Formats: sequence, C-alpha cells, structure tokens
Amino acid sequence: MDVNEIIKPENLVYRKPTLLNDNTMHYCPGCSHGVAHKLVAEIIEEMGMMENTIAVSPVGCAVFAYNYIDVDWIQAAHGRAPAVATAAKRLNPHKLVFTYQGDGDLAAIGTAETIHACNRGENITIIFINNGIYGMTGGQMAPTTLEGMVTVTCPFGRKPELNGYPLHIGELLAKLKGTCYVTRQSVHTPAAIRKTKKAIMKGFENSMNKKGTSVIEIVSTCNTGWKMSPDKANVWMEENMFAEYPMGDLKNE
Amino acid sequence: MSEEVKLMKGNEAIAHAAIRSGADGYFGYPITPQSEVMETLMAEKPWETTGMVVLQAESELAAINMVYGGACCGKAVMTSSSSPGISLKQEGISYCAGAELPCLILNVMRGGPGLGTIQPSQADYYQTCKGGGHGDYRLIVLAPASVQEMADFVNLGFDLAFKYHNPAMILSDGVIGQMMEKVVLPPFRERRTEEQIRKQEPWAAQGRTPDRARNVITSLEMDPVVMEQRNLKLQAKYAEIEANEVRYETINCEDADYLMVAFGSMARIAQKAIDLAKEEGIKLGLLRPITLWPFPSKAIAEAAKGKKGVLVAEINAGQMIDDVKLAVNCSLPVEHFGRLGGIVPSPEEVVAAIKEKLM
Amino acid sequence: MTHEIIIAGFGGQGVLSMGKILAYSGIMEGKEVTWMPAYGPEQRGGTANVTVILSDERISSPVLNAYDVAIVLNQPSLDKFESKVKPGGILIYDSYGITNPPTRTDIECYCIDATQISNEMNNSKAFNMIVMGGLLKLRPMVTMDSVVLGLKKSLPERHHKLIPANEAAIKVGMERIEKVER
Repeated sequence: MDVNEIIKPENLVYRKPTLLNDNTMHYCPGCSHGVAHKLVAEIIEEMGMMENTIAVSPVGCAVFAYNYIDVDWIQAAHGRAPAVATAAKRLNPHKLVFTYQGDGDLAAIGTAETIHACNRGENITIIFINNGIYGMTGGQMAPTTLEGMVTVTCPFGRKPELNGYPLHIGELLAKLKGTCYVTRQSVHTPAAIRKTKKAIMKGFENSMNKKGTSVIEIVSTCNTGWKMSPDKANVWMEENMFAEYPMGDLKNE
Repeated sequence: MSEEVKLMKGNEAIAHAAIRSGADGYFGYPITPQSEVMETLMAEKPWETTGMVVLQAESELAAINMVYGGACCGKAVMTSSSSPGISLKQEGISYCAGAELPCLILNVMRGGPGLGTIQPSQADYYQTCKGGGHGDYRLIVLAPASVQEMADFVNLGFDLAFKYHNPAMILSDGVIGQMMEKVVLPPFRERRTEEQIRKQEPWAAQGRTPDRARNVITSLEMDPVVMEQRNLKLQAKYAEIEANEVRYETINCEDADYLMVAFGSMARIAQKAIDLAKEEGIKLGLLRPITLWPFPSKAIAEAAKGKKGVLVAEINAGQMIDDVKLAVNCSLPVEHFGRLGGIVPSPEEVVAAIKEKLM
Repeated sequence: MTHEIIIAGFGGQGVLSMGKILAYSGIMEGKEVTWMPAYGPEQRGGTANVTVILSDERISSPVLNAYDVAIVLNQPSLDKFESKVKPGGILIYDSYGITNPPTRTDIECYCIDATQISNEMNNSKAFNMIVMGGLLKLRPMVTMDSVVLGLKKSLPERHHKLIPANEAAIKVGMERIEKVER
C-alpha cells in the first residue's frame, strides 16, 4: 500500500494542533518542553481562544516558546513574567493571559514576582516547568535541584549547608490566599499527559472565570543537563524527582 | 470652556494629567519624594471613571515590568519613582527600549549615590541621558521646570513615546515634585478602545487574529547579523528624533555677556540669578534645555556666540556640562556650578559663581 | 509687586497649610504663586517651613535665600531665618517659648502671640489663621474675600463649616499684632 493512500483525512486519528507551527524546535530530544508546548497549543485551539490569548515567555530554554505556538507572545525579562502578565491581564481583563516559566526563572530570580502575583490572585495561569536545573545556560544548579544532585555549579552534589534545600515553591504558593489551583503533574507517559492537559485547561478556565491564580507545575526531565538518555531520565525522574516533588493537587478550590 | 486654575504639587499634577491623558495604566512603588503620584491616583479612583488601572507593585522591578507588559499590549502605561528606584528599573527600561515600546517613566530625582538623601538633586542626568541600562539605546527625556510643565509633559511624553515607539522619561526633581504652583490641567482625552489599539498598534500583543501571523514582542535576537540590523534601525530612529524633537527655552540670551545653561528647577533658580546680577550690572542669559535628549546642542552653540563664557548650573557635580562643552566645542570658557547631597543652591550662589569662575 | 515669604515653625502648627491658604488666596486674585516646602520627616514633630511667593509676574526661583517677610513660630526658626530677612523687611514671631528675641535693627519686628490668643479663644486650630491675620495687617497682599475663597479651595468640603471661625481668627490676628519697639 502506498503511503499516500494511508494519509487521508478519513484515516486521521491524531494530528498536531494547528497552533503548533512547523518551526524546528530547538529543544533537545527527550526534553519535556515539546510535549508541554503541544498541550498548550492544543488547549488554546480547543477553547477557541487564539484571538484572545496573550502568552508570556520567560528567560531560559522556553524563551523561544514564541517560535512554536502561533499566538501573540510577550517575552519577559528573567523572572519578571508574572509582573508582565499581571499588567497584560489587568489591562485586558477578558483575555487569556498565561506565563510559561522554568524553575530558575520562577523560583530563583523571579520569586518575588511569582509570590506577589499569586498573592494578589491575578487571574492568570502560571505553567511552571520544574526540571531541577538551568538548561539554557548549561546545566547549573537551580533552586529546585535535589540534594546530592550533580550540576556544573554543584559538581560534587547539592549540599544543604552550602546551597540550601530544594525549594518547594508549589507548596509555598498553595498557602497563598490568591491561588485557587496549584497542581503538580508530569508529561512522561500518555496517562500523565492526559492529566496535565486537564490541569492546564482547568487553569485557563479559572483565569477566564476570575477565580484567582492557577499554578500548573510540570515536573520535567532535562536529559541533557542531567547527562542521561531520555529513557533513563524518565526513570530517574520517577525515582528521584517524584520522591521530592510528589504528583497531585496541592490546592484545588 | 476654559479649565480652572488649580494649586497643586508637581507630583499631584502628574497624577491628574495621567488620568486626563487617557492613560490605561499606572504601576508604581512608594519612594520619597514622589509618593504623592500614586497616592493621588489611588484617591482619584480613575478605574471608576476612565477605566485606568492603578496598581501598587511589590517592587520597582515589578512595576517597570508591569509597564513592559502593558506596553506590549499597545496600552498607554506609565510608572514613577525617584533615583534609587529608577536605578532598579533600568533593566526593564532597557528591555522597553530594545523592544521599541512606548511608555512613560517619571523620575523625581533625589540625592545619591546609594540611599543618599530624600532632598532634591539632578544627579541622574548621566543615568538618564547616557544609558542607565545596558545596550545602545536612548530615552526621550523631558525636563519640566514648573508644575504646569509636569502636567503638560504627560501628554507630550506619551505622544512622543507612541510616535517613535520609544520610552520617554520626565526627569524632574524634589523641588518640582514637591512644590505647589498654579496649574491648568490638560483636557480629557479618551482612552483607546481595543479596536483602536488593534488598528493603530498592529504590532501589539492583543491576541492573534486569523488574518495575521503571531505578534512577538521581544528584544531578543540570537543572530548577530539580524541584531545589528535591529540596532541600526534604532540608531536611525534616534537620528530622526534628534532632527525633529529638540526643545528648549531661551531667556535674555541676546542681551547677555554670559550664558547660563540649566534645566528643571535649577533653571528657575538661574532665572532669578539673571535679575540679581542685573542689579550689579552683570548681563546674564539662560538657555534651558527642555529635552535633555535630544540635547539642544545647536541652540547652545548659537546662543554662546559672542559671549564671554558659559556657566552650566546643575544640582550635581557636573554632568550636563559634558554635553555643553561638546556643543560649543571649546570655543569659549565653560564652567560648572552645582551643589550636592540634596542642597538646592540659592540664586545668590549662582551669581557668585559667575563672578568667581568667569569674570 | 512680589512678596517673598518664609513661614517656619514646629510641625503641627499649620505652617504648611497657612502657606497653602495664602497661595490659594493669591490665585483668586490672578497672581502667580509658588509654595515650596522643606519636605520629608521634618513634617512630623520636627521643624517645618515653607517658602511662599506671590507675584504679579512670572516667578523664577521657588527657592530663596532672602525674604521680604519671615514668619517664625519657634526659637529654632527664629535663629535660622532672622539673618535671611532682606534689609527693610519684616520678621513676625510668636513670643511663646522665645528666649532669644530678634536683635537686628535694619528690619521691622512684629510680635503676634498666637499661641496665647488661640488658647483664649479655646481653639488651638485657629493658631495659623491668627498669624496670617497679623501678616495681612502688615502686608495686605490679598483681600479678605480672596482669603475666604482660598480657604474654600484649600479645605475639603467637609471642613467648609469652619471657614467663618477661620475668618474670625484672621480678624483677631489683624487686631492683635504688635510692633516690637527697640
């Protein structure tokens, strides 16, 4: 059978979301960003929100998220995405405004902006990729790096007496009155992807229903930074990252 | 109908003028001597009238990045602060300049360096006109010398910012911010609707419509060849601003033996010095730059012709004097007079400096 | 005609608001005005002062080193500003708490016992308007009608019922200011 006989609309069981364009992604093979991007594109499309979406990209690997998802984007300074999104939402209250940030951006340099946007209950959704490392700059220690985990700036493993402890920013944010939904998910299995999709969709709906801030933490792999094969990174994540950062809702109001 | 004459502080005038200018948002953080700006906005509750958003941010960093976020959506947004807070905002200002965003920033200068003093100063001239943040960029800088100009420069600042897609700064100081004078507030301008913004600012992040590609507001470009082109485009824009937007005022310049150059509150003090000097038979003229960038270099060179010397009076250790020296190109003596640390000079001191340094 | 005035005293004496009412009264007559306070923590408890200029012409510097009139309402202010009165100018002070009265002979000195008078009137808030009455007696730079209009402009609506009391205090101040003969 010729391949063109197989590729017919009536045979279609799955397609890439139309808002995810054909630009070649700069992400490493095995990286979680690709799946997370696909989910975001898919949800905006399904919700019919393209014309009313303002997305905010961070500094870090996802800085170029704007190259792949065909909605309007604002690229924020390092850590400042929640402040940028605050204004975008307050000035455009009927639009869907979300940030997409990594752990260094959200939980180190941008901790103040993150906490205060959540504490004000800004009607935005924060998608938080937690892979315990700085990917873009070459694998340095992040606030969420695990104890004993090796990075190029803690080459003998993270030591609490020198580097403090893995930061549970999700738990911190769940304590704030301004957040309505804080959940921790992953995208390493089809089941996990389905759950994360529901979580992001719920976050976006919360934003549109003015329920407060939603935080969707996605515990992710950085197999390049972790210096592992994608398969091994998934296993390592389940065994180590999930032990420190357990899956599930931290808050759901 | 003519507007009522009111008595108010420069900081209050800024707030009222912002509401009337059709501004969409103000984002600030308290710092003396400019806190009345946000206090007045909060008391006026413009969200109930014009729909303007007013928000107290958690820091100056957050405030300028809120301005960045609002400007990215094509909204007319502003912030205000004083010197140490403006230092904190520099990262965001550079991003606004790099992404070519229209926005308005007010600096009510106080003395530094460091935490310094809350008293007036003009020591942020270098920071404002010579960079401040990183990269080759320029701000459009307006220097008000009265409460009326504080009010008027809000509209002017927004208009120039949107005309050139560039941040504009009102560079004021504790004297102009805190003093009360007569002011006639500008008439109300309507805030723009989403439809107007989509039409007039097609570059803005307002949500992608099917008829266009996505809009991406960023200052990032990894390809140095493209980044150089972006920089050259910025430089061409700056050259256009320099050609079109120089503003200044001259007082008594034709009939003077000595020229003074001073901006903002110092220009008011220098004006009084003209009167005091006249009583002693000394003929002084004053050129007051209204735009500090673009700088009125040609006007200063013209005004300096035939004079015996130039006194640059600034409430700092000598910053604008560099630009005055470049303007006159060593054709006559150029001296500096200033007080530091929050001391505002008296007109008598200016006259004394003319006598001591130039006569 | 230009009047260059410094008003100085303790925070809480109504120094800044007296300056504001004076400035607003000037506006009611179409004059140019500036009101420049020494701002900051000094406003509360410490010393406060404000430079007020009323003029028929555009005002240049709002910051001055020499004044036509200095109104000093405590000893530190008297010590600070006596020397800054222009020769032939006026110094007005409240003798309450003054241990070292002014000594210059090239200026005119006047005393207004506003602390005592306001106590007599059982209205400590009338203090600054009594002082202003004294000033307007010596330098009628604005009319009483303008002052009433100025009060209306500078006081919030809920305080407008106090305007007659303020007016009365100004009149008392006009009657009670005395030249200090030396």
